[in-house]
Amino acid sequence: MIGWTTWDPWRELEALRREVERAFEDYRIGGPRFRAGFLPGLMARAYPLLNVSEDKDNVYVEALAPGLNPDTIEVSVLHDTLRIAGEKTPITAEIKPEAFHRNERGAGRFVRTMTLPTEVDGDKVKAEYKNGLLLLTLPKHEKAKPKQIAVQVA
Amino acid sequence: MKESTVPQKVEKQVPETREETRTRTLTPLVDIFETPEGLAVVADLPGVEKDDVSVGVENNVLTIKGSPKSAQPGDVLAREYELHPFFRQFELSDAVDQEKIRAEMKYGVLTIHLPKVKEQQPKKIAVNVAS
Repeated sequence: MIGWTTWDPWRELEALRREVERAFEDYRIGGPRFRAGFLPGLMARAYPLLNVSEDKDNVYVEALAPGLNPDTIEVSVLHDTLRIAGEKTPITAEIKPEAFHRNERGAGRFVRTMTLPTEVDGDKVKAEYKNGLLLLTLPKHEKAKPKQIAVQVA
Repeated sequence: MKESTVPQKVEKQVPETREETRTRTLTPLVDIFETPEGLAVVADLPGVEKDDVSVGVENNVLTIKGSPKSAQPGDVLAREYELHPFFRQFELSDAVDQEKIRAEMKYGVLTIHLPKVKEQQPKKIAVNVAS
């Protein structure tokens, strides 16, 4: 810095604090790098992970859920609440615990509910399970769609 | 004249940077367990088509690669996960018969069967109990 000729310890400390904060920024829980480092297994927390997007007519929800038994997937919508339930198939019951070298993938039943940004038409919801991703297409309710209001010029 | 056997230190012309060009990859979760014929590796590869997964063995290292694709349209409202190429490697023991490795893909789950060479497979020995 130009103009500073004397050594100011407080300025140094402030710089250090900023440096440390920046170093940890990316590693916050839920931060971008933490999220990309590994994929979570099945544990006592939000499962499956969801990505939500929307366009003019629909809300799209994609769930990261590999290895589900497609027959167990239940999707229901009430007003603006979405409920996804299902079961991740265990490999087989025959494998003894001592036969495992690694056991990172989880298995079992799960339920997740989420509030959608708008009310959707529950009768027209489409669900597609492909390659371990569950894509839901939820058409927005007529009431929730934006309306164009003509402006009258006097 | 300057004589020296020690090479002159050359200053680096290019400043050191912290830029990374390496692509970000995800480590898939796996289960590895013993089966009667050998080993099985089960890996979660969500969003990966059957044709976009590659399983290879080179120098006794098993490499799993996969590129996931998402078909989600629209403008993003919330993101809880990101899909990046999957990559994970495991070292194999000599007991694995590398010619007979086979893999299958179902609902985003990759299963690799690693049979052991015949001599390494456990033999059942009948125990006679003298009564």
